[in-house]
Amino acid sequence: MNAIKLYFKYINLHVRGQLQYRASFLILNIGNLLVTFIDFIGIWVLFSRFGSLRDWNLWEIGLFYGMINSGYAISEAFGRGFDLFAYQVNTGEFDRTLLRPRTTVLQVLTHDFQLTRLGRLMQGLIILIWASINLGIHWSTFKILLLLFAVFGGVMLFTGLIVLQATMCFWSTQSLEIINSFTYGGIETAQWPLAIYNRWFVKFFIFIIPLACVNYFPVIAILGKNDVLNSPVWFQWVSPLVGVLFLFLSIRVWEFGVKHYRSTGS
Amino acid sequence: MKAYFSILKLRFAVQLQYRAAAAAGLFTQFFFGFVRVMVFHAFYLFNTTIQPMSLEQTVTYTWLGQMVFRTLPLGGDSEVLGLIRSGNFAYELCRPLNLYFFWYCRLISKVAVSLILNGLPLLFIVCFLPQSYGLIAPSTASSVVSFSVSLVGALLLGCAVANIISISTLWTLSGDGVQRLLPALVMIFSGNIVPLAFFPEWAQPALRYLPFSGLMDIPFRLYLGTLPPAQVFTLLTLQLTCAGVFIGLGLWLLSSATKRAVVQGG
Repeated sequence: MNAIKLYFKYINLHVRGQLQYRASFLILNIGNLLVTFIDFIGIWVLFSRFGSLRDWNLWEIGLFYGMINSGYAISEAFGRGFDLFAYQVNTGEFDRTLLRPRTTVLQVLTHDFQLTRLGRLMQGLIILIWASINLGIHWSTFKILLLLFAVFGGVMLFTGLIVLQATMCFWSTQSLEIINSFTYGGIETAQWPLAIYNRWFVKFFIFIIPLACVNYFPVIAILGKNDVLNSPVWFQWVSPLVGVLFLFLSIRVWEFGVKHYRSTGS
Repeated sequence: MKAYFSILKLRFAVQLQYRAAAAAGLFTQFFFGFVRVMVFHAFYLFNTTIQPMSLEQTVTYTWLGQMVFRTLPLGGDSEVLGLIRSGNFAYELCRPLNLYFFWYCRLISKVAVSLILNGLPLLFIVCFLPQSYGLIAPSTASSVVSFSVSLVGALLLGCAVANIISISTLWTLSGDGVQRLLPALVMIFSGNIVPLAFFPEWAQPALRYLPFSGLMDIPFRLYLGTLPPAQVFTLLTLQLTCAGVFIGLGLWLLSSATKRAVVQGG
């Protein structure tokens, strides 16, 4: 419990520090908001031409889009420390981390916290709310809980990816860009219902990087749609747990990496 | 002039060293392209309305977009940005060269190399994809020629825009407004997110006269033959005029920034 208390203390410090530059903070957030909004213009343009995507409409895509982007934005804000991890290894700063009597995960996680990513979160939320109003979903308590659970699962999954990427630094001081393409490529993929893709491609995002579990399956349950992938309804409701599991496994890989860490010596 | 040619040659050799980064980039570009191609397949599958482009044309446009993606002005020259932030910019001022064109040459080498290390391999890979997932051949030999000529115009224009992003860092150290907004405009209005032909009819004239269509859309339409090859000279004039305006703006911004530059010592 002490670790969690300490974590929020660190975050609090970062937030207070960043709010010192209020004008710059505002401009950055508005910038971020505009930039990510532009992506959605692309989706809108396509629907204005085609009308529908198989049996999906614009608002349903908005739900996918809003959820995945909100989850990513939150994980990007919290996981920034791992994002910058290559720098810590290159400079040897990580040696100091190892000397402190706290877990490495906590220390690296609290290395930085990016409040400015909230622009992306705001945009995700705006699209999410806008989509759900237009869809006329009957929001029962369970559905709201499932939505929050799915976004939470998304945060866990993306954080897991960021941790995995950082772990690669133990073997190559150049952080490998491959994971990055799964993160950004994953967002791009999950903005659309997975059912539209080729089956082997879908399997990858269910079994290897389980983005489907924090996005596609919960949305199917919320919309009450028939799943062409034939997933059982109970699974749709518990699937975001897989995101938590993914983070757990990623942290185990990270701990394995820490054991094999050799300082650059600089 | 000789000095600038040496810069081009030297930077070209330096950039060619980053082959590992290029390989990772190649994977990302392939992944994004493939997702988009599958999304377009899904859109066209049950489509009954007439679209501005056929599926094969849209897929080809998408791949061409991924091939030139790294040449788009989505950020300034990262080394120049570093020089400005660290204060080593002061050394740059000592060079017996025009700083603007020095930076411009660096950018030209960078995009030329990324065409070779990213664009060509991707072209090679895409040729092996099954029909309607890969590239269609250009309609005539003259459309290949006009495409190549127009692509050169696009690169010259792109580097002029990228240089503005570098220079904007001199004005505000973080340079965030321009560095975020300009790339976002480039992404959507070059045709990178969705081919410009899909935008609503009322937006078409505006899109055509914005400088950003010269970055991707114009050369790609020449490739597909939807713009006649004979128009290439008019279009090239348009691209070069836009490039000239951006270069003029950049020169002016740079000279007024260097006049009031305060180098932070240390």
